[in-house]
Amino acid sequence: MTAAPPSTSISEAPAGGRHRRWYRDPGRLVPVLLVLLGFAVLASVEAPRGRFRTDVIAGRDEAFSFEFAVSIIAPLGRGLYTTARATVLAFTITLVLGLVLALLRRSGSRLVRWPAAFVIEFIRSTPILVQFIFFQQLVRAIDGVSLGAVQILILVLGVHYATYASEAYRAGIDSVPKGQWEAAIALNLSPLTTWTRIVIPQAVPNVLPTLGNYLVAALKDAPIAGPVLGVPGILFAATAIRGDTFRQVEPFLLAGAGFLLVSLPAAWLVRRLEARVAYERT
Amino acid sequence: MEDLILSEGQYRQLLVGLRVTLSVLGWSFLLGVVLSLSVGVMRLSSNRVVRGVALVYVEFARGISSIILLFIMAYAIPILFGFQQGSRLLLASLALGLNMGGYGAEIVRGSILAVPKGQTEASIALNLTPFQRLRFVVLPQALRIILPPFGNLTIEILKGTALVSLIALTDLMQVVSIIRQQQLANQVSDVTGLFVNVLMIYFVIAQVINGVFRLAERALDRRFSSRPGDLPTLGGPATAAAGAGG
Repeated sequence: MTAAPPSTSISEAPAGGRHRRWYRDPGRLVPVLLVLLGFAVLASVEAPRGRFRTDVIAGRDEAFSFEFAVSIIAPLGRGLYTTARATVLAFTITLVLGLVLALLRRSGSRLVRWPAAFVIEFIRSTPILVQFIFFQQLVRAIDGVSLGAVQILILVLGVHYATYASEAYRAGIDSVPKGQWEAAIALNLSPLTTWTRIVIPQAVPNVLPTLGNYLVAALKDAPIAGPVLGVPGILFAATAIRGDTFRQVEPFLLAGAGFLLVSLPAAWLVRRLEARVAYERT
Repeated sequence: MEDLILSEGQYRQLLVGLRVTLSVLGWSFLLGVVLSLSVGVMRLSSNRVVRGVALVYVEFARGISSIILLFIMAYAIPILFGFQQGSRLLLASLALGLNMGGYGAEIVRGSILAVPKGQTEASIALNLTPFQRLRFVVLPQALRIILPPFGNLTIEILKGTALVSLIALTDLMQVVSIIRQQQLANQVSDVTGLFVNVLMIYFVIAQVINGVFRLAERALDRRFSSRPGDLPTLGGPATAAAGAGG
C-alpha cells in the first residue's frame, strides 16, 4: 500500500486509481453479479416435489450398504436444495431487518433503544426450535392467516439471524471513524446523505465477513424445520427415507456429508472475503 | 395477564424437563471445554500430523449442522458400532460437545496467538517445560480473551439443547410439546402463555450464563490485574486502573 499524502487525499483520485466506483471494477462487479444471479435462480426455481424414496433394498445385516447409499443421493440432494433455498431467502430478511434493528438500537430515544435491545437479546438467547413451534402455533391460532411450512421457516430464520446481523452492523457502524461523521456535518450533508453516501459504504464492507459467517450458521439451523414444521429439507428427507426403509445409518451419514459439501466451501469463501476486506482496510 | 401463569402441575412438569436440559448442557459444556482446550493447543503444535488432525476435527465440527450431528449420533453411530442401548442423554451431549469443541478450539487458538510472544520466550529462558509454559504463563493470559466469546458459545449450546427433544429426550422443549398436547385435548386454544413461559426460562438461563462469565472475568481481572506489558502494581487498585486504561 502506498499511502497517499494527506494533501491529495481530499481531491478525487485519478481515473483508474483505487477510487473507481465499485461497479466499474470487475474484481467487485463479477462477484456481485454472480451472487445476484445465484439468488435469482434460487428464488425462482423450486425443488421438484415428490416423495423421498428409493427402490434399492439393502441386506438386513449390512451396517452400511454402498448401493443403498448411492441410491438415496438424489432425494437427499433435493432436500438439501430446499434447505439452501429457504436459507438464502431468509437471509434477505436478515440483511434488511438486521440493519433496521441496528439503527433502532442506536436511536437517540431511550423509548426506542431499550425495547430494541431487549427484543434483540431475547430472540438471540432463546432456541430457534422453540421459536419455530411458537410461531407455527401462533399462525395456526389466528384466523384468516395461513402460512406454509417453508414460509414459516423463512420468516423465523430470517428474524432470528437479523438479531445477530444487527449486532454485526452495529459494530460496523461504530467502526466508521468519528472524523467521517464530523466531516459530513461540516459539509452540511443531510442525515440521509450522510448515511447512504458516507457511513454505510464504509461500514458494510467491514461487516460482510461476519454476515457471511451468519449465512453459514443459518444454513446449519435451517434443517431443524424439517422434523418440526415439515419443511421437505435435507433432514426431513433423511427421516422420510428412514421411515420408508428402516435404514438409518446411510441417510443421516449422507445428510452430514452433503452438509459438509455445502458449508465447507461456503466457510472457505467467507475466509477469503475476510482476508480481502482486511487487506483493503490496511 | 393470568393467561401467562401456568398451573402448578405444569410448572412441575417443566421442572422435570429443565433438569434434563441442564444436564445435557452440563455434560456438553464439560466435553466442549476439554475439547476446546486440547484441540486449540493441538492446532498450534509443531508436529504436522497433530496439527492436521486438529484442523480436520475443527473443520468437521464447525462445518456440520448440530442437528444433523445429533441425528447421526443418536441413530447412525449405535448401529455402526454395534451397541443398541446407548444412553441418549450422553450421545446427545457428545454431539453438542463435539460441536462446541470445534468453535471453542478456534477461540482458544486465537487467544493463545494473541498472547505476546515475549511471554513464551521469557518462559523458555526461565527453563520452564512446555507444559509449565502453557499452564502457568500462556493460558492464564489467554483466558482473559477466551472468556467473553466462551460465554456466547455456551449460550449457543444452551439453545442447541432444545434440539435433543427431536431425538426423544424429555427435555424442556419436549415437556412443552407434551403440555401443548394436553392443552389441545382440553380445548385450550391460547398458546402464548405456555411459550412465553418457556422462552422466559431459556432467556433467564442465558442471562445467568452471561452473569457467571462476567463474574469469572472480574475474578480473573482481580487475580491477574496487570496486563501484558504492565509493570507489577504496588500501589493498589488506583494504579492498577491507571495501567489498564493506557
